[in-house]
Amino acid sequence: MTETIRSRAIVSMQSQPMLRPHVRLQYDGVREAWALLSPEKVFWPNEVSLDILRLCDGRLTVAQLVTFLADQYAADQEEIAPDVSAFLQEWSDKFLVTL
Amino acid sequence: MTDPVLPPIGMLAELTHRCPLQCAYCSNPVELLKANREMDTAAWIALFEQAADLGVLQVHLSGGEPTLRTDLNELVASLARRGVYTNLITAGIGIAEGRIEALADAGLDHIQLSFQGAVAATTEKIGHARGAHEKKLETARRVRAAGLPLTINAPIHRHNMEEVPDFIELALSLGAERLEIANVQYAGWALLNRKALMPEREAVERQVQIVGEAQERLRGIMAIDFVTPDYFAVYPKPCMGGWARDAFMVAPDGTVLPCHAAATIKSLHFERFGDWNLSRIWHESSAFNAFRGTDWMREPCRSCDRQEIDWGGCRCQAMAIAGDAAATDPACIKSPLHERMAALIGEAIETATSDAFVYRRIGKEVETSV
Repeated sequence: MTETIRSRAIVSMQSQPMLRPHVRLQYDGVREAWALLSPEKVFWPNEVSLDILRLCDGRLTVAQLVTFLADQYAADQEEIAPDVSAFLQEWSDKFLVTL
Repeated sequence: MTDPVLPPIGMLAELTHRCPLQCAYCSNPVELLKANREMDTAAWIALFEQAADLGVLQVHLSGGEPTLRTDLNELVASLARRGVYTNLITAGIGIAEGRIEALADAGLDHIQLSFQGAVAATTEKIGHARGAHEKKLETARRVRAAGLPLTINAPIHRHNMEEVPDFIELALSLGAERLEIANVQYAGWALLNRKALMPEREAVERQVQIVGEAQERLRGIMAIDFVTPDYFAVYPKPCMGGWARDAFMVAPDGTVLPCHAAATIKSLHFERFGDWNLSRIWHESSAFNAFRGTDWMREPCRSCDRQEIDWGGCRCQAMAIAGDAAATDPACIKSPLHERMAALIGEAIETATSDAFVYRRIGKEVETSV
């Protein structure tokens, strides 16, 4: 059997993260909370995660996303960029977003 | 009960017990229901509506073989309308051309496809079905062509444990996002076939190492979920994430249970959807409340700092091995019966005859004593 060549996506400032087609962010009226639904798993993102996930539209780059979030949180871009990148890498590794 | 009962997140719907395979470790009960006992379309849809109202976010459509239900599209559509995430758990055999595309159009979110072996001979032997492997490969291809994410499920036991590296390569080649290496849980049919299925300790240790290395090597490429073998464990699994805590299952006739093996606990009484509504069953069923939370626990669970990690382990395993559903799962090293697990491994290895499977059949008379 030949192994199909697949490789791990690595986040960069030029990445344009997007929720995978079968991952969806959905408001759950029963629990009054946002749920991230994915194959066989449900995640409960916190507010920071939600703000990032909402910007994952496949058009904005990570650099633009960082600028936007820095503005929103009145924080330094240099300060939040590593955190945002780390989140996105983790979600990519969990097959929640494409980069 | 001191803690409030939270709404359930997940539901396993066993739409039918009919299946083209006869796997000797099937998680269905040994007493299988015939087609005339299955709930009709309207009843399943009514149940799904109530499940969504109650807070269920994910429904796993299983069986038996769920694609044998001709109303599957309608059932999927009813869940999709409510925003419920749908996962089809299939053996991938005998699925008509165009069916998967139609399910995707109806709103199906994900497919989990089982492989009994990584090679054709093993798949055919374990499932007792000729030509099964090729049909599964074709199903996997169609799932990916339909744009659906794919999980490959590989139930592992003595007869295919050495194929774990091949399962990993197979899942990669099929474009799977996730592979479940699921060591067989000894309940129901698997308990009946324990002697024929139990692996040797050395093989388990090799497997643990292979899976661990693959998980590291394939980070971000393919996820490997590892369901560890209980009999070789130090601590038990938090079965169902805790009894009646955030998930439940429904049998083909509408009986609602905390887990798929719960009917092996004969002292419990289970309600059927239709006799009671789902909310009442979830909140008030004596079977659901029997082992909910931690109040029911005795020592060593009662004073254990892992009680909200393991939730006492598996009640059905406690029943099967300790003869008492309220006992600590003997998989736990703190259980006074933990050594019995090791003894059962030894016993199985010594007396095993490799092909002595009791294959899963509907309506077959079987000895169920352990």
